[in-house]
Amino acid sequence: MSVAMPAVDESVLARRAQIVAALRTLVSVDGVIDEVVRMRPYESDALTAYRQLPLVVVLPETTLQVAAVLRWCHANGVRVVPRGAGTSLSGGALPLGDAVLLVLSKFSRILEIDAEDRLAIVQSGVANLAISAAAEPHGLYYAPDPSSQIACSIGGNVAENSGGVHCLKYGLTTHNVLGVRLVTMEGEIVDLGGRAFDSSGLDLLGIVVGSEGLLGVVTEVTVRLLPKPEAVRALLIGFPTVDDAARCVAEVIAAGIIPAGMEMMDRPAIHAAEAFVQAGYPLDAEALLIVEVDGPPAECDELVARIEQLARRNAAQSCRSSTSEAERLRFWAGRKAAFPAVSRIAPDYYCMDGTIPRRRLPEVLQRIRELSQRHGLGVANVFHAGDGNLHPLILYDANQPGQLERAEEFGNDILRLCVEVGGVLTGEHGVGIEKRDLMPEMFSADDLAHQQRVKCAFDPQQLLNPGKVFPVLHRCAELGRVHVHGGAVRFPELPRF
Amino acid sequence: MRPGSENEVLELVREAMARSRRLELRGGGSKRQIGAPLDNVDEIDVLELTGLHGIVDYDPSELVLTVRAGTLWAEVERALATERQMLACEPLDVAATLGDAAGRMTVGGLVASGLSGPRRVVAGSVRDHVLGFRAVSGRGELFVGGGKVVKNVTGYDLPKLLTGSWGRLAALTEVTLKVLPAPEVARVFALKGLDAPLAWQCLARVLGSSVGATAAMHFGPGTVGAESLTVLRLEGFAASVAARLQALQALIGARHELHALSEAEAVGLWGSLASLDVLPPDRPIWRLSVPARQAPSLLARCAAVGDRWLFDWGGALCWLASDVDPERLRTEVAAVGGHAMLWRADAALRRRVPTFHPLPAGLGTLEDRVRRQFDPLGVFATARFAGGAHAH
Repeated sequence: MSVAMPAVDESVLARRAQIVAALRTLVSVDGVIDEVVRMRPYESDALTAYRQLPLVVVLPETTLQVAAVLRWCHANGVRVVPRGAGTSLSGGALPLGDAVLLVLSKFSRILEIDAEDRLAIVQSGVANLAISAAAEPHGLYYAPDPSSQIACSIGGNVAENSGGVHCLKYGLTTHNVLGVRLVTMEGEIVDLGGRAFDSSGLDLLGIVVGSEGLLGVVTEVTVRLLPKPEAVRALLIGFPTVDDAARCVAEVIAAGIIPAGMEMMDRPAIHAAEAFVQAGYPLDAEALLIVEVDGPPAECDELVARIEQLARRNAAQSCRSSTSEAERLRFWAGRKAAFPAVSRIAPDYYCMDGTIPRRRLPEVLQRIRELSQRHGLGVANVFHAGDGNLHPLILYDANQPGQLERAEEFGNDILRLCVEVGGVLTGEHGVGIEKRDLMPEMFSADDLAHQQRVKCAFDPQQLLNPGKVFPVLHRCAELGRVHVHGGAVRFPELPRF
Repeated sequence: MRPGSENEVLELVREAMARSRRLELRGGGSKRQIGAPLDNVDEIDVLELTGLHGIVDYDPSELVLTVRAGTLWAEVERALATERQMLACEPLDVAATLGDAAGRMTVGGLVASGLSGPRRVVAGSVRDHVLGFRAVSGRGELFVGGGKVVKNVTGYDLPKLLTGSWGRLAALTEVTLKVLPAPEVARVFALKGLDAPLAWQCLARVLGSSVGATAAMHFGPGTVGAESLTVLRLEGFAASVAARLQALQALIGARHELHALSEAEAVGLWGSLASLDVLPPDRPIWRLSVPARQAPSLLARCAAVGDRWLFDWGGALCWLASDVDPERLRTEVAAVGGHAMLWRADAALRRRVPTFHPLPAGLGTLEDRVRRQFDPLGVFATARFAGGAHAH
């Protein structure tokens, strides 16, 4: 493992039996797992290059049990790592050897669907797609659709601020969550937001969404539901160059069109996908666009016509628009199978997630090709073209000595490149442990300190999910020091507010 | 004090720290009548940020605009209109509701107050369109949060925390906004004489359908007319608006008569929403954020004879002009899961009643801990938002 995790607290390991016994008094008898063989499934999330057995696994069933576990761990100086469905791509749920792994899988109930006020209240272990399924009879759905939506939990979505292929139009998790019930590391239960559109005071809900399980444990989530669009149509457009495709994307948006989704694939990705699912992709294209529009049928027809026109103006070699639901799904089949398809042309792949200003796309892809040659590893690019979120898939073979390390170096170079052109390290997968050490590429020490102090407000002892997101684990006392420039603070004895 | 650069802001905050002065952050001052009057004015300096002026970067096809915080919103709106774009949350210049002249609202003030307009019902609020910022915290440190691209989850989402923080955490010096294409066509329709429960139900039906209305309001009786007026807006490409109108007719046309409003009528209504000139001038105004379904019964319980109200966002935002006892109102609103902000009142009431709805104890403590991390010395704690959860 090339990422250093916080030093293991030996005194905690020595107290393991006592900790397990204490946890058994706080949750149901079968809610504590301490045998190695039964803890094994929890040793990694979807970033499987990193593995670590937890100290013990605990599966509470109620918010009060979560509060009791956290309060006990806080009082006894024991670290806690929360985990939803374990589908994180950035190592957000990677266990620590001296930490309790708090698993939310028993929080699996949909508590309420309010069709008229268009919201759902669900427990945090409910799968993303299950919310839409429950809302379906009302003609409603939950919009964010990460590709793991059949498995990933809404609590994990909240922690990671997950996106999906439709977030250009419908936003990330943060734009679709109205409230959460949060338990702090100290065991305090607070409701942030709720059924109303906004709440009094500071937007703590806004900071908790996307905080990667460092600020508290979410047990209940209130989400916004949207009416299902009447019609959905997709276009499949092949271009002779990446530049043409990129210009077409910019012109679609400049024409005032925000498609529901706008995906691009480069030549290696097109070929891998086509060989895998035979979606009918044009193999002579250097870049392929899938553009999806939704809304009233008349609007879809109008937008399809406008986009076809823009595609032709930008040298499209082929342009097909779906005339049936089956055809639309076929257009998507290759894109949705892109990751497994790529794993057929290389034993392993490493998925990156930077975002760039879209206008820099041709240049960035060219430089990724150059990096690919320098590192001696192949790369296939799929990305959310509408919002500039790149998913380069670095191809490698973990069984060849040194290739994993080279893949990681290649990935880091890509992310540095994203920041260099004005973009960011992660568009939707989260920082976790994966991009943690690259944070200083994007943020100064002062920037990071202002983020870490939020952590200090929620968890002053930094017991919850330590070692994630922030490259250096400063103590809160050190972060809290005030530097008064040009003089001492007057009346230091007075209480400050 | 009116710094002309980010560095001057930094210097002034550090000086205030060293001299134990407090700073009242101000953009154009259009909302300075919100909050408790600043009685302890001797120890407070006003830090006016209008000197930080100008659009830094605007690339329409990237949907991103970066602007210095003191820039007038009207100027940004003009730049966006030239490219047929908009800030989708539709911020309104609310100066007139507080007896001030419109036109002074700055981008920094817009973000710091976090107040959205009618389109918020479908398009998200101000916080959903703030991608990044530069700011000076109460520690006398310059820091950035977020980024300058539309999709970003790198680190904590500080832009959300700064939006709507009312100048209590940091002095914003620059913000990056997500902008979107403006609709080609907008048409406004009204239903007359519905009572509040029926209006809510009607709006909920429309909002839950594929009609895709981008405003859903209800002006109570005695506001825009003797009869109530329920208002819906359709926006988009011409063909799309025509299709949406058909769907709207099919959904509610059989039961209610749908009146198409002229552009002038629509502009007048939006003006009334921004100025609240249809509410009686002699009563305090409350801004209630509630679960939409609760609006009709809540207003029926709290409004006395002669009180006036209207609701927006399908019921989720109520404006109530009333002499109702603040404690009682807040108890009623909290009981249904909402909160009540004291929007406009005389100085005596604003001194006595906290502007923001006090938070439950645990949450209040947590909020205060977060605030102190940004402003441990209380440089930005001017007592304007004193009382309740915001005790200074």
